Formats: sequence, C-alpha cells, structure tokens
Amino acid sequence: MSDVFEENDFFIDPQRCIGCKACEAACSECSTHRGVPMIHLDTLDRYYTVKTGPTVCMHCDDPACASVCPADAIKRTEDGVVQSSLKPRCIGCSNCQIACPFGVPKIFRLQAQMLKCDMCYDRTSIGLKPMCTTVCPSETLFFGPKSVIEKLRKNKPNNEFTFGKQKITTKVYLMSDNSDAPVDMDVVDFMSSSHINEGDPWIV
Amino acid sequence: MAQLPLSKEEILEKFGPHQKHEPPGGWDFSVQDPDSKVKTHCCFCGQGCGIILKTKDNQVIGFDPWEAFPFNKGKLCPKGVKRYMQGSHPDRLVYPMENRPGIGYERISWEEAYTKIIEAINRIQGQHGKDAFALLSGVSLTNEKSYLIGKFARVALQTANLDYNGRLCMVSAGAGNKKAFGIDRAANSWADILETDLILCTGTNVSECAPITTDYIWKARDRGAKLIVVDPRMTPIARTADLYLPVRPGTDVYLFNTILNLMIEAGDIDFDFVNNHTVGFEDIKKTVAKYSPQDCEKVTGVPAANIIKAAEWWGRARRSFLLHARGIEHHTKGVDNVLSCINIVLASGRIGRTGCGYGTITGQGNGQGGREQGHKCDQLPGNRDITNPEHRKYVAGVWGIDEKELPGKGLSAQEIVNDIHAGKIKGLLSICFNPLVSLPDTQFTEEALKKLDFYVAIDFFLNETARYANIILPGSLHEEDEGTATTAEGRVVRIQSAVTPPGEAKIDWHIFQDLAKRLGREKYFSFQKSEDIFNEMRVASHGGTADYYGITYGMIEKKMGVFWPCPEVGHPGTPRLFEDKKFYFPDGKARFNTVEYRPSADVINEEYPVYLTTGRVIFHYLSGAQTRRIGFLTDQCPDPYVEIHPRLADDHDIKDGDIVRITSRRGSIDLKAKVVKTIRPDTVFVPYHWPDEKSINRLTQRALDPVSKIPEFKMSAVRIEKIS
Repeated sequence: MSDVFEENDFFIDPQRCIGCKACEAACSECSTHRGVPMIHLDTLDRYYTVKTGPTVCMHCDDPACASVCPADAIKRTEDGVVQSSLKPRCIGCSNCQIACPFGVPKIFRLQAQMLKCDMCYDRTSIGLKPMCTTVCPSETLFFGPKSVIEKLRKNKPNNEFTFGKQKITTKVYLMSDNSDAPVDMDVVDFMSSSHINEGDPWIV
Repeated sequence: MAQLPLSKEEILEKFGPHQKHEPPGGWDFSVQDPDSKVKTHCCFCGQGCGIILKTKDNQVIGFDPWEAFPFNKGKLCPKGVKRYMQGSHPDRLVYPMENRPGIGYERISWEEAYTKIIEAINRIQGQHGKDAFALLSGVSLTNEKSYLIGKFARVALQTANLDYNGRLCMVSAGAGNKKAFGIDRAANSWADILETDLILCTGTNVSECAPITTDYIWKARDRGAKLIVVDPRMTPIARTADLYLPVRPGTDVYLFNTILNLMIEAGDIDFDFVNNHTVGFEDIKKTVAKYSPQDCEKVTGVPAANIIKAAEWWGRARRSFLLHARGIEHHTKGVDNVLSCINIVLASGRIGRTGCGYGTITGQGNGQGGREQGHKCDQLPGNRDITNPEHRKYVAGVWGIDEKELPGKGLSAQEIVNDIHAGKIKGLLSICFNPLVSLPDTQFTEEALKKLDFYVAIDFFLNETARYANIILPGSLHEEDEGTATTAEGRVVRIQSAVTPPGEAKIDWHIFQDLAKRLGREKYFSFQKSEDIFNEMRVASHGGTADYYGITYGMIEKKMGVFWPCPEVGHPGTPRLFEDKKFYFPDGKARFNTVEYRPSADVINEEYPVYLTTGRVIFHYLSGAQTRRIGFLTDQCPDPYVEIHPRLADDHDIKDGDIVRITSRRGSIDLKAKVVKTIRPDTVFVPYHWPDEKSINRLTQRALDPVSKIPEFKMSAVRIEKIS
C-alpha cells in the first residue's frame, strides 16, 4: 500500500490537450506492457477541429468491468485502483470491454487477457507519479493534491458522471466548468452540439 | 563528381530509414536494472528539456523523466520520450565509407579516408583558392563542436565559406534582435511567461514545435492572462486562444504596423520608456500612420474588429510577453517581420521586468548557442562580427594566429549551394545538415550536389544529402559526447555522454582534430576533452555580447543551467536582459526600426492562386534524419500530407484522402489531402520532414531575406488539382 494516493489524485483537463501523444509514448515504455500504451488519445473530428483528448481508466468506485466479469478477474485495490484482469482468471470474454462506459478495457490477444491503465502501479506504489502525468507537456494529465489543482485552475474537478439515468463516480477527476452537477455523458447530445459553426475567423 | 553509387531503392534497403520500435536488446533486456542513469537533455528542439537516459552495456535502453530540472520538470513530448531509440539503431554508420559508382558505399579505413579527404582539399584549394572548399554545419551540435568547427574552418581549412543550418532557423530573429537591442537572445527566461497578463504568439506553433512552452502559457492563463495567437492555421495553441488572428501568409508587417498605429492613436504608448530608452520612435510613428485597420483587413485577411481588439489588449496590458518563431521569420522580409514585432514591444515599454518580455523560440537543439559561437559565416565566437577589425583581432589573438590569416565574411548556406551549382565552390564538408531535405528548391540542390568535385559528409545515419558524398565518416550522437548547449531561454545546459560511439564511429570533434592535424594545423587543435574546448570558448566569447566567460561545467551542473551573459567567474548569469533599461548600443538605447510592408517574392496570380506554407509536426525533427527512424514517431506521421480548407477543396472537387497535385513555379508534388476547417481557405499547409518525391521543398524557392539570408519557406504561390 502506498501513501501516494492519500494526498494525490489524478485529474484530466482535456481543454489543454495538444494531441502530442507524449502520454501514449511514455506509457508504451512501461516494462509491464512493453511497447503498448494503456492510455489512448482521441482526435475528436479533425475536419472541424484540432481538438484531442486522452482517455485513461477512470477507476470507477463501482466498476462495471468488474461487475460483469464472469471470472471475477478484475480487482479494485484499497487505493481505489481498478487493475488489469488477473491473468490466471481472465477468459478473454470481452464483457468488460463492452460494459465500460468510458471504453477503456481492451483484450490483448497476444497476452490473452484484458489490460488497461492501472495508474502505473509500479510507480505509484513507490511514491512516484503515474508516467503520463509526469511527461504531459500541457498538464492535461495532472497528478497531485485536489486542493492544489482547485487553487491553480479556473475550472473544477468533477468525478461524477451521468450516462442516461446511471450515475457513476470515479477515482479520476475530469476538470470541467461546473463542479456542482455531474458531467453528463450524453453522446447523442454531444454529437449534435459539438459542431456548431461559429463562423469564419478569417476573410479571404 | 558526386553521384549516387546505387539506385535509391538499393540505398534505402541498406541504409534505411528503418524503423526501430524496441529498445536495444528488446524489452526483456531493457527492463533490467540499468548500469547508469545519465542526466542530460533532449536533442529535438531548442527548449533543451532535461531527461535521464538509462544505459546498459554501453547502450541507451530507456529514459526516466528528470523532474528536478527546472525548465520542464520531467515533462517531455513524444520525441523526447522516444529519443533514446536513435541509439543502437540498425541504420547506424559504424565505419568510414567511400562512394564507388556502380559498386556502392565501400568500407574503408579512417586513414584511407583522411588521406583522400586531405588530398581533395589540397587539390581543390590549390587549383581554385581556399574559398572553393566550403563547410556546412548545423546547430544540433553542442557549443563545443560549433566553436571547434568555426575555428577549424577559419584556421585549418582557411575558408570563408562556412555556414550552418541555423540559416534556415533563427537568423531573421537574430538579425532583428541585433538591430533593435544590440544583442541576439530571448530577452527573458520563460519564468516571466508565468507572470505575464497577455501573451502574443505569432508564427509559432508552440504546441507542436516547443511543446513544453504550452505549459508556461497555460499557467499564465490559469492566473487570468489572455492569449492572442497569430497564425494562418488553427494550431492546437490557437484553438483555445482568447483572440485568434488568422493572418494571410507574408502579411505580418502590415498587421504589426497597424497595431502600432492604433496604439499611437489611442495613446497607449509608454512615453517615459520611449523617450528615455529608445531612438527612432518619431520615424516609425510617421511611417505607420497610414496603416489603417480597414486596409489591414484587406491585406492580412484578419477582420478589422479583431485587429482593433488586439491593439487595445496589447496597448493596455499591464504585463505582456511576445513570442515568435519561424512563421514570421521564414520570409524574404523575415527581419522586417521580427522588427515590426519588436516595435510594438518597445512602444509598450514592457521589457526587462517581471512578467514583461519578448523572445524568439529557437527551433533547433542548440540553435541559440550554435549561432553564437562561430559557425555562422559572418560571426566569430561570442556573437562577434567577423568584419569588425577589433573583433577579428581579439579572436585571432585567442587562437594565436595573425589577424590577416583569418578569412573574412563568407557566403550563407543557400548562397554556398548556389555557388556550388555555379561551379565556383568545388569541395564540401558537411556535418549535421541535410540540405537536400531542408533547403528550398530541392531539384536545384540535387543538381548542385552532382556538380561537386569532392564531398565529404559526417553523420551517424546516411542522410539523403550524404548519399552523394564521396567519403562518408561515421560521427557521434548527442548522447555520445560531453558538452553544453544553449536553450531558447539563453540557458547554457550540460550535455552528458551516456555511451561511447559504436564500432569505428568517432566523436565529431575528434574527426575535426584529426583533419586539422593532417592539414598541418595540429598546434591549434590539441584539445584533450570537451571541457578544454569549452574553456577556450569561454575566453573567445569574453567581452562579446554572448559572453560565457564566467560559466563552468561545474556551475552549470550545480545550478542546472546558467543564463548568459555571464562575464565573470562568480557572476550568477542573466535570466532577464535589460533590467537596467540599458540596451547593447553605445548610447544604451533600443532602436525602433522603421519597416514597411512589401509583398513576398513569389507572386499570387490566376495561374498560382493559392498560398503554400510549410512547417513541422510534433512527431518529427527538421529533415527527419533521426525521427523518421524511430518507429513510434513514424507510425504517428509516416508521410507528408496537405491541409486544405473544405471551401478550397470543394472548388477542386477534392475529398478528404484524395491525392492532390500541388504545383509551384519550381515543381510539383502529389500528396494526400487532409480536408480541415482549421486553415485559411486561401492557404494550404504541408510539413517538410521528408526527402525525394515527398519533399515539399521541391516547391519552395530560393528567395532570401536580404539581411538574414533566410529562405522564404512560409509563402509560395501554388495551384492545386485533384489527381485521384
């Protein structure tokens, strides 16, 4: 058990993301998953925008991936870190991949198991920050005390999300403009509103 | 005659670029405990991020973030993370080779190589004069190597024609800074960005070309600072800007003269500063009076209301920081663009104090230090002027030669290639420069290379230009030598050797010493270690503007970097210039420089109606000789592409992913279309990191800024058509 999670939390602030993939590059250097990143970066819609955003495991308080696992292969530590599947138990059924509301777990055929972000347990267990939060050039990915980031930034950490009527709380925080209401993850609503044409900034 | 000995396909098969995806020895090897952890720096841009390299069995097997290093505090971009993959690479050159037409690049001994090189130098210089043998260098090299190469060219090779790839980088900024401030350095360390209230980024794709600087900008914005971005493209940093001015390529002077005029009209001028610490304000005031926002809108394509808003914000800011880079500098009026920016800084009086600053963002690993220490054709160490009799005398004295022996001002990089093409320069030595990818008008460069009588290239990979060399010498990587580099902030940092060069490869400066010895100049080149070179350089720079005299290796390591000027031992260094409002002219006053807008060299007309601008992507560095060999980076961006606005694409029935032919007055290229709304509809963008048929520099032109001699990469007139 490490002390690092007693004082520190993981925050994602996508507005700062520059799409550089330093997170993927650094994650892929890990000795446990060797060349394969457990974090991924999405380009939202390059036609409209250069907007990008990283996705790490949000480490749900009540993880759907673990709930649906028929082999009881997915464990959550006392720190609240939801781990990759236990290899001896994992049957590679993909239930976790389908159930996760954030699209995080992936079945790796080579390893024949589900692997995902475990918040760099090798590093956090010895008091280091997760690798992606260490290298991220824009501090889109930030690891530190909640009181510190609340003081530093204008937006607020939020770890409550609603998917339709389902509410999910997570260990990882998303920096959002409104800290009181849960972040609504209504995909259809997002898709219809995100491409508002604000008019050209230039004159030809 | 320099020719290819094999077909390009055969060369590619043998020398790559091949992709390296795994650490040396594979993951099983690299996860073992390292033999050592070496604190050094990234080599892939001018920020000089601190990084720890892990070594085992004389190979770099991985990295660790160096969180204690003050500039980046462990942060890295993907190039930094994967930089170690350039070591132990299958493409690495490990022995000298001779180009034998029809046979290939044949292994030869060092002694054989040296003999042939010296014979060629003596023959060419004997027949055509000393200056007929040129040297092209680069600023990914350390200060020590830069200094030694400058000395080698002048003292051993005795040619005036030494120049460097910084000619394609910061020379417009350097020239502008000297004209306005009398010194060529960013005026502040980046710490002042954190304290500022308004940041103006112009022609700088910060997030891709200086990624860690993004963090400084955001930290200022967290405090409430506003951000203005001027760029024809909506770059990642422009996307979130408070004010975005999508300027038409090549019209920057118009924009900044208009902003200055609006500041004057509104009375937003620091007259106390202007009257007491500058000269030339009345002249510039007269000149800019005719620059109206309405005319500016027509020329720049930026809505007048936003120009007015920018002038108000800049005029009334309490603190401000202006950053620019190649976007305004890569023009035939690059120096004018820089000066027009500096003019609005001087008019605001906001320089030389907390949170108030200005700087160019140096692009190359040692772009700052490399140009200061003497491998620029018009400079001697310490940023001295090679045409100034006193400067010549001082440096000749340090080197122990007669001032008359010291060659004069030589040709700039593009001019050297022009003279090779014209048959005036017959011999070439190149290191750390890949002009066949990075110079404009690729076909012309290729023709020039074929005309060389003799060409020797030093590199660690067979770069595309070096393919034409008669002799290829295997040099050293950044992590294979000791030394220093100077970052965009003016911070001198320590480059530590993590491993030794593989095979028969040699440390670059050892090669120059070996050549100097064989040219009969051994007594000037008897350095035993990098630190000896640094110590001579300290003396050579002493009294110049870029004064390193007080800096020692020990001090750099202890303080994790020292900012020059540092003129005496014990001096703390100078993170912020001009705190005393003294500028580097005899009267101590900064200069307003009157500049007028003038059109770019290439002409937009019916035949060539579209603006082409070129630049970098986050995943590659310069000509790509290193990053195109690193698997992760190449996977993200394997090929160039063209960004086109949907309106322009529609006009030509182009859909995303179609192959588009882009044609300029020099040549054409076929590229995949990326149809995006994040670029001006009259402009297309292509990144430049690739060779041969993928080189956008087939379309760019050799038009140079009259002062800085930088080529106009950022504006070419082109037409586009759908191919398939």
